[in-house]
Amino acid sequence: MSGNMNLTLKVWRQKNAEQKGELVTYPVANISPDMSFLEMFDVLNEQLITEGKEPVAFDHDCREGICGMCSMHINGRAHGPNNGVTTCQLHMRSFNDGDTIVVEPWRAAAFPVVKDLVVDRSSFDRIIAKGGYISVNTGNAQDANNLPVPKVDADKAFEAAACIGCGACVATCKNASAMLFVSAKVSQLALLPQGKVEATERVQNMVRQMDLEGFGNCTNTGACEVECPKGKIILFSENFFSEMRRNFFLK
Amino acid sequence: MTLDAKIPAGDLDKKWEKYKSTIPLVNPANKRSLEIVVVGSGLAGAAAAASLAEMGYKVKVFCFQDSPRRAHSIAAQGGINAAKNYQNDGDSVYRLFYDTIKGGDYRAREANVHRLAEVSGSIIDQCVAQGVPLAREYGGMLSNRSFGGTQVQRTFYAAGQTGQQLLLGAYSALQRQVGLGNVELFARHEMLEVVTIDGKARGIIARNLINGELERHFGHAVLLCTGGYGNVFYLSTNAMGSNVTAAWKAHKKGAFFGNPCYTQIHPTCIPVSGDHQSKLTLMSESLRNDGRIWVPKKKEDCVAIREGKKKAIDIAEDDRDYYLERRYPAFGNLVPRDVASRAAKERCDAGFGINKTGEAVYLDFASNMKYKYGKQEALVKGIQNPTEEQLHALGKAVVKEKYGNLFDMYKQITGEDPYEMPMMIYPAVHYTMGGVWVDYNLMTTVPGLYALGEANFSDHGANRLGASALMQGLADGYFVIPYTIGAYLSNEIRTKAIPTSHEAFVSAENEVKERINKFFSIKGTKSVDHFHKRLGKIMWDKCGMARNDAGLKQAIEDIRALQKDFWANVRVTGEANEFNPELEKAGRVADFLELGELMCIDALNRVESCGGHFREESAETEGEQEGEAKRNDKDFMYVAAWEYKAPNTFELHKEELKYEVIKISQRSYK
Amino acid sequence: MSNSELFTSSIAKKYVMALTGLFLISFLVIHCTINSLIFVNDGGETFNEAAHFMSHNIVIRILEVGLFFGLVLHMVQSLILTLKNRKARPVAYAVAPSNESSKWYARSMGILGSLLLLFLVVHMSNFWVPTKQAVFADLEHNSFEAMKTVFAEWYFVAIYLVGVGSLSYHLMHGFQSAFQSLGLNHKKYTPVIKTVGFWFSIIVPAIFAAMPLAIYLGVIE
Repeated sequence: MSGNMNLTLKVWRQKNAEQKGELVTYPVANISPDMSFLEMFDVLNEQLITEGKEPVAFDHDCREGICGMCSMHINGRAHGPNNGVTTCQLHMRSFNDGDTIVVEPWRAAAFPVVKDLVVDRSSFDRIIAKGGYISVNTGNAQDANNLPVPKVDADKAFEAAACIGCGACVATCKNASAMLFVSAKVSQLALLPQGKVEATERVQNMVRQMDLEGFGNCTNTGACEVECPKGKIILFSENFFSEMRRNFFLK
Repeated sequence: MTLDAKIPAGDLDKKWEKYKSTIPLVNPANKRSLEIVVVGSGLAGAAAAASLAEMGYKVKVFCFQDSPRRAHSIAAQGGINAAKNYQNDGDSVYRLFYDTIKGGDYRAREANVHRLAEVSGSIIDQCVAQGVPLAREYGGMLSNRSFGGTQVQRTFYAAGQTGQQLLLGAYSALQRQVGLGNVELFARHEMLEVVTIDGKARGIIARNLINGELERHFGHAVLLCTGGYGNVFYLSTNAMGSNVTAAWKAHKKGAFFGNPCYTQIHPTCIPVSGDHQSKLTLMSESLRNDGRIWVPKKKEDCVAIREGKKKAIDIAEDDRDYYLERRYPAFGNLVPRDVASRAAKERCDAGFGINKTGEAVYLDFASNMKYKYGKQEALVKGIQNPTEEQLHALGKAVVKEKYGNLFDMYKQITGEDPYEMPMMIYPAVHYTMGGVWVDYNLMTTVPGLYALGEANFSDHGANRLGASALMQGLADGYFVIPYTIGAYLSNEIRTKAIPTSHEAFVSAENEVKERINKFFSIKGTKSVDHFHKRLGKIMWDKCGMARNDAGLKQAIEDIRALQKDFWANVRVTGEANEFNPELEKAGRVADFLELGELMCIDALNRVESCGGHFREESAETEGEQEGEAKRNDKDFMYVAAWEYKAPNTFELHKEELKYEVIKISQRSYK
Repeated sequence: MSNSELFTSSIAKKYVMALTGLFLISFLVIHCTINSLIFVNDGGETFNEAAHFMSHNIVIRILEVGLFFGLVLHMVQSLILTLKNRKARPVAYAVAPSNESSKWYARSMGILGSLLLLFLVVHMSNFWVPTKQAVFADLEHNSFEAMKTVFAEWYFVAIYLVGVGSLSYHLMHGFQSAFQSLGLNHKKYTPVIKTVGFWFSIIVPAIFAAMPLAIYLGVIE
């Protein structure tokens, strides 16, 4: 290993959903500033395996900031100290030699811990299944250019659609509210003419599921914005919230 | 066994249309009692599952991620091709078909590719109807760009996140069917075996990754939509979880594996920075439109740069070797991916690499930034005789607008500012054209077992064109399988759902169980990653961008030795009946170890250079094409479909490729 | 969604919070305007006249009942919401979220509201209860004198200052948040609402704060 940073990690260890967890302290040595945060965890796990201990379970997949699977709460911040990046894009040069880093899973009733740092975010899938779509079957579509969409609307819908469903907004919100996630999807679809048709029904169904899953309420604190790894969603978050609230009572 | 691709008769441009109307239909009442297992939830899997469920079939979807939305299709950046001809630049179904065949170096099946080009337009219609926010012009119409050096603008895109947007579209269609009760979703489930009864695929064994339980699932048909196997190289642009396991299990149960050696190496990735590296990140190909690729002309400059004594900007213009522009004056920096990758390797092998590892070249935006965009902006803003600094600042703003997110990502990963210093890039494994062999219906050699998307071998020949992967995944899922599956299922309406207590399910589950127990019983000393890294190094060194007889033979020996070492010394921690990522990795790496061997065998067999497969023995030896890849159509115009016989034993079957419409020629980018 | 579901959903609850909040804000405007009459400094004559009108006009009386219900609804709903929000995160973080982009008062609406409630109890017993007693007994009540009596004590002045301080921060978030909760967001008007809300939550409490201070310091006689 080429690095020269020595760190102390305090990592949440929890065997499964039923058992209680605790923070366990691990020293890691020779960390290179060029490593990503997850590669630093690879080093820790390699170390644990060599010692015959069980490695830390954490979610990750694409490691290029787009799949939304990585989900660590690092020193009190979802996805760590930098704005606008996922955990996998966080690099060790953002830390200093000798730092103590506390790593916890997302905390929300709707995101129960599966193991260690892994949580179950299927509540998001269930919300989408209740209305996060346009009701069109394969083969129903007319020619794509028959339906012009003003560029401003298309661009805004795109910014809303940039959400990667990582759940950092829920993890950060003091109420563990899923408002940013839900409103981004609602807005993406409601801003487009093809999605406008079922806008109210969509919002109502998604909100019902959101409430059932046990997410808290949005109190407009704006805390979610800073942790969203997908840049421009935050510029419009208030927009998206109101898009959703407006559509809720229409009809 | 002879391979029958079941290509319909008739003129190429009428085949699909005619065939589609003659495939037997399944009546709606029967559809409800037919069950389909879909493994994988990427573009192909989600699209297929949603479409089949809409039609009335009972569908089960499996994915190993925590949500179907995380499938690696999400990471595709550039765009999706479609022969819409919205730009009125002469595009047509035939041109897209022709470009795809030519780009694939004449190693793809004509009929499949033509069908792909035919349905490409419907994909865009479908996605737009789903609310996928593709880029638009001010008039409200869809926008296109040219991509990967094609002469028409046929690529639709959503900024640098096209894959994400298309996947979320397919995912929403899938979730809609989940909500309607037509699809049952199994996230965090990994398929570990195909169950066959009387020679037909009848279901799968899947492991619930949360509690480790093995589950049996019946299906009248099984669809593998499990993506490519680039992770056999350990370092690739694939997601960490991308694997070959499902395809490999199918292979061992009788599905032939087509062209396993065809691997696409993408020229513009961020170079490896050290041993800790777990993954390589792609910088979109679109950067090559504005960047110039170079290394220093003098070796001493390269050494100085590697030692940190000099920087890129210290090298005088005359001392720079813009090797792509030098070698390929007609296409310059826009040569196809395989050509650009090999050229970078050639320079680095010759000792001109410019980072610590000696495996990187520069991608430089300075001249376009200053003299193209900077000057343009200066003219627009009416600045007379702008200084170099002014030009840089003006150009920087334009470049930021175009590539801002990519530049930020580069800075995030490398810690260097690409606006000031040229980017460093190096080729990396990106896509695998090979895959499970399928016929025109996308069915493998096992009846009832299908392969869609990157998991099959069918449409890209020996090299895939940019923005065609998304097109193929969605074409297979939305517009091919919903029709072609009828050919098989219409004969299955009398088959009642087979109870999973059937002995075939029991024995398949036992096989899986034994294998899992074996992993734990070894109690070795080395981690799974240790073996994966060693396999990756063998593959990259000997079965990577350039391959030769001796190297491949050596690789096969090395891999066999590594297999033995793995089964004797691997350590898998934890237990079988819990969430255990180490166990998951062990299973995947064990399969990669076998696949790697087959890839080398296939590469050894194919003594020609075509597309992404470059055999050093098969290069032009004279003339202006000297050193360039040389195809051998006389001996190798076939699909190599490998049958699994026994451990380390594979038998070759050939599917001859017949070109009825296209006139084949040697590619030239000079 | 059925109607009952519609009104018990989280979005609807926030509508209720917003509507009652805005209603309470409108009351503040009237309350503040009338009480400002003490600054006329005419020995409370104008002010007492207005106070008399307010405590005897039938429309105002009905509105007062509405106000009371609005207040209770605002409190009950916030209590329900707070409890649900607590339940949404059963296990706390070891390192609490730093919440860089949110303001402390936006995250402390419950505490600020509770302080306000305590203040209201004191405030009502100081002024509202005696006024009512007088109205029911059909006696003339000199509100101005009552103010002078209460604000002669330093501890009441202190309590009132803390009360209007809480009000200020409560409004600082509540004013613009109410519009947000109603889905009223506009490129042009939202910044206006935010600016108005900011100054409203400074000016109105400042005027309220000026009253006890002015009386205590003898500026008003």
